[in-house]
Amino acid sequence: MKKTLLALVLVGASALYVFSRSAGASAPSGIQISNNVTAPAGGGAPAATPPAPVQPSSANSGNPPPAANPAATPATPPPAKSGYKDGTYTGAVADAYYGPVEVQATIKNGALANVSFLQYPNTHSTSVYINQQAMPMLSQEALSVQSANVDLISGATDTSIAFRQSLAAALQQAQS
Amino acid sequence: MREIRPVMGMPVEIEIVGEGTKPAVEDAFAYLQAVDERFSTYKDTSEISRINRGEFAPETASREMREVFAIAERTKAETGGYFDIRRPDGSLDPSGIVKGWAVKNAAARIRENGQQHFFVNAGGDIAMSGQNANGEPWKVGIRNPFATDEIVKVVYPKGAGIATSGSYLRGAHIYDPHDPSRELRDIVSLTVIGPDVLEADRYATAAFAMGKDGIAFIERTPGLEGYAITDTGTAIFTSGFVTYTTP
Repeated sequence: MKKTLLALVLVGASALYVFSRSAGASAPSGIQISNNVTAPAGGGAPAATPPAPVQPSSANSGNPPPAANPAATPATPPPAKSGYKDGTYTGAVADAYYGPVEVQATIKNGALANVSFLQYPNTHSTSVYINQQAMPMLSQEALSVQSANVDLISGATDTSIAFRQSLAAALQQAQS
Repeated sequence: MREIRPVMGMPVEIEIVGEGTKPAVEDAFAYLQAVDERFSTYKDTSEISRINRGEFAPETASREMREVFAIAERTKAETGGYFDIRRPDGSLDPSGIVKGWAVKNAAARIRENGQQHFFVNAGGDIAMSGQNANGEPWKVGIRNPFATDEIVKVVYPKGAGIATSGSYLRGAHIYDPHDPSRELRDIVSLTVIGPDVLEADRYATAAFAMGKDGIAFIERTPGLEGYAITDTGTAIFTSGFVTYTTP
């Protein structure tokens, strides 16, 4: 009888533990940011960027951010001159298939320091499931050059010089 | 033996580790060549060109053609219509499926020929098995879309399939120069690792078409991991991707 009681208590405790664990795991949170999100040295390379269009929502300091000193060699950047200014930015509300998404991004030293979700789809049970499954689990990092000592390569090869020129011109407008 | 030949309009690279592997390499290339003869929309004599000219109905096509059509149909349903082999003009172009499908089948033929250590790489769609010539796991580099002689990530697919979709041409359409507050951000390269090269290829193609939502789609699709590169030089990757970054 004592053994049965003990077993019941143990089962109950495990169930409570599992429940609290899963409740904790399903709480919405911001995208996990890996440590190597830094602004490549030189100031002309891209800073990491938040996962949605952002608009400034606070005053920015007029000074350009100091260049960081990354441990890894920065990869050849896209044709962008970045120079994101420090501050907290709230993104436009974007349609993410299952509902609206709105993020808040914090830029520190010219690089993305944090992203949190102000809104994400949670009206239907499927949306909640999908987004708790997907969104908080994505990570990001700045590109960095790796050793070319590999057996084979997978990559997009469809390069276009015209696009790079067009993008550079577009970004110049975005900065001014 | 390692060999690169142009097939299906792209460089195809096959390596089979060991001595006496030439017959298996030749057999795989011959198979890929035959696939191209049947499925190339650039060849007037191909079966797909004849179907598109209305010479016979898709329902009476070869077993291989019907198999590819069936996979295309399934992919369209599974990706919310983001994958479609029917062009706006009504003709059929199954090349988005054929590459991964052909690489998967070529790998199966190499295995049937008794080989265990090899890879087949058709323009970045890769099937692999076993180890390289040094007895190490196959090591794959993901190319920097902004500098094609650079590698920005190293992965060890451990027998899984890998495929990369990408283009620089998409981003140009999403930027509005009259609205500078709209940040320029789109995916220029998406690498998917999946159970086999066909799965990796069809999901890489469909998810790439979804733009920045594609990587979340890969995250919530069981069995797939992905590494997306944005037009601002940031990589976004799925939660299980790290399992492939170590040998």
